[in-house]
Order: sequence, then C-alpha cells, then structure tokens
Amino acid sequence: MASTRRPEHLAPPELYYNEVEAKKYTQNSRIIEVQEKCSARALELLALPDDEPCFLLDLGCGSGLSGEAITENGHYWTGFDISQAMLDVAVEREVEGDMVLSDLGQGLPLRPASYDGAISISAIQWLCNADKKEHVPAKRLYKFFMTLYACLCRGSRAVFQFYPENDKQVELIVSQAMKAGFTGGLVVDFPNSTKAKKIFLVLMTGGRTALPKALTGEESSQQQHTQALYERRDRTRGFNRTNLKREWILRKKERRRKQGRDVRPDSKFTARKRSGKF
Amino acid sequence: MKTLLQLSNIFHDRINTIKSIRNMKLITHNMLTSNALKTVKEGYPLQIYVDEVKQVDVDFQQQFITKTVSKLNWKALLFGAKCIGHSEGLPETLPENWESNDELLKKLHHVLLEIEVITGSLECPETKRRFPISNGIPNMLLNEDEV
Repeated sequence: MASTRRPEHLAPPELYYNEVEAKKYTQNSRIIEVQEKCSARALELLALPDDEPCFLLDLGCGSGLSGEAITENGHYWTGFDISQAMLDVAVEREVEGDMVLSDLGQGLPLRPASYDGAISISAIQWLCNADKKEHVPAKRLYKFFMTLYACLCRGSRAVFQFYPENDKQVELIVSQAMKAGFTGGLVVDFPNSTKAKKIFLVLMTGGRTALPKALTGEESSQQQHTQALYERRDRTRGFNRTNLKREWILRKKERRRKQGRDVRPDSKFTARKRSGKF
Repeated sequence: MKTLLQLSNIFHDRINTIKSIRNMKLITHNMLTSNALKTVKEGYPLQIYVDEVKQVDVDFQQQFITKTVSKLNWKALLFGAKCIGHSEGLPETLPENWESNDELLKKLHHVLLEIEVITGSLECPETKRRFPISNGIPNMLLNEDEV
C-alpha cells in the first residue's frame, strides 16, 4: 500500500466517506476492479446452492459495487451502510438492491432467520475503532455478530473481506464472532504476495464444516510461465516495437474509456507518428 | 478554490436530478424491526407513513417469490400493504395451495418488489420512535443514548 495511513485513523466512516471519497467509487477503475474481484470471491466462498435465487445481506454496501456482483449472480440483496454520501451514489448508480442507513455496531435491525447469507467487502475493520467516547469496539462487534447470527437462516454463511491492521485486530474480530455463536475462520488468498493477499473471514451457522481452500496463485503460475516464455521468444525474434507501442496506447485508451472519460475513437492513425512536414 | 466549489455543486445537482430510483420496498419492510432500541422487545412490524410512493417494473421470478413467501411474516406483509394502500387482492391468511396459485404469486411479486416508498417514515410500534425515509433509504441510525 502506498499510503501508510489507514482511512479508519483519519475520521469515522460516516464522515470519511463524503461526496468526494464516494465519487471515487464510481470513477476510479482500480477501486472498482478490486471491489468486483473481492465480491466475486466472497460470493464463491458463500457456497450458495446452484440455480436458486437467494436473499442476501451486503454489510457496508457503500456505493453498491459489491451489490452489483450479487445481482449479476442472480440473487437479491439488502444493503446496510453508515455513509449517506455513499448510499446516494448507490442510488445514482441505479443498483438493484434496497438500502438502509444504519450503524453496524448498533446491531442489525432485522427479524430472525430472514436472510440466506451475507457478504461484506472491506467494512468490518471500521468497527475496531472507537470514534465516539461511548464506543467499545469489542461490545459493538459482539452486538453486530449476535444480531447477524440471529437474522441468518441456519446453515448459511457470512463472508467478510477485510483489511486488519494487525494480529490483535484479527483476534478481536474472530473472538467476538465465535462468542456470538459462529464457527469458521480465516481464508487467506495469495498469502505470499503483499499486493494480491486478501483476507476473508468465513463464518458459518449451524455445525462445523471444513473451511474452503484458499487461493495460492499456483493454480495459474504454470500458465504465466508459458506466457513469459512466449514473450521472450517474441522478443528474440525481433518483435515489432511500434506494434507494442500501439497496443499500449490502445490499452490505455480502453482504460480511460472505462473511467468514463472522453476518448477519441481508435483509427488506423492511432499511435502513428506525425510526419515531419508539420 | 471557487472552481472546486462550483464543481462540487454541479455534482450535487446531478445527484439531485436523478435521485429516487431504488427505494424501500415491502420485502425490506418485512425484515426490518426496531429492536436495536434498548427498551424495545420486538419492535415489529413497523408502521409505514407514506409521503410518496412509486411503482417500478421488476422481472418476475417465480422461484424467488416462492422461496421468499416461506420466510415472510404474512401479518406484517398485510399490515405494510395496508399502510401504503396496496392491500387489495391479498387474502387474510396464506391459502393452502399458494405455490400453484400464479395469480397470487404475481400479486405478491408486485407488492413485494415493485412498489417503493420514496419519502415517508417508519414508526416503532412500542416507543413510537420515528425513522425517516428519504431518497428511498430508511435511516435506522440511533443516538448513543438509545442503544
């Protein structure tokens, strides 16, 4: 991470995620991509029954990026978030789910056994902070997990992707979840990479089940290796450098198009040098 | 500085013009309670006060409706539908053969997913504490002394 400062230390979530910060979640293609990947993986870890629409919770739904992943998988969802600005962005983005403005640390205002599962992307580390003098993180976490346990159907799961600050935080979160009745534990994807490493807390209701396997990156390493070989071969055979440059420019234009910027259409003149006459 | 302010104003206006697209539906109302309040035991069902409702079109998916009905609190659904004035056609109790009753399932789909409350409020039946709904989003935040 480039910045050593964590957003939790700057301000409480309802103030940190203001209009400016919320806007990033509609325009920054990197944030969007990371969020989409995390949501897809969280849904995979939920292990929902195939071909059956489910009713899910999205805790800390923010601008609804994770909710969109749920919709794409054919499920319905209700989102909870504490930031009005983020929810306004979600409304603007026309996401499919219903949203409620609420503080997770105050407990979920929901009826028992009403949801088939829950996902949460980069949200619960916020609960480890005491932003007001009445806040006791352990108590807030316990209340949250307790109400979550109650509103899930038996046998369903809750998957949290989060960025813990240190081991103590992980222990705090996991211990409060266990105290509330959940079983389960951490699934760490790509543990050997600082950049791709993602930590998921997989909580299960009703009985002990084996934790799903983490991704290690070795699944695709063979493929990457072959790709690297090809690239080296191309280079030794005198691969056309101008073509490389054109591809780079096309990629960059595509990326900026995704960000919703005004980009000139691609043509045969794209990435060509101007002639000397100019 | 001035241009930044202007920009943020433009952004604000843009939000305001396209507001109220997704809003609170009865399916959410059926799940919501006010039991996070410290003195409240059940806090269910919440009374809905409506200032503005809207109808939208959502694709009918029979499997989801069938699955949801078993989880619904029927009384609360009737109560909610009455609050927003869309209870006609809903039987007092869930009939025996509801799973094969296409008409009823379609009606349920309409009531649960296609009617949205844009502005209004929810009221706790025990403490009469009101939770405002604005921009289609119910505000369930509590003050620290209410937790």
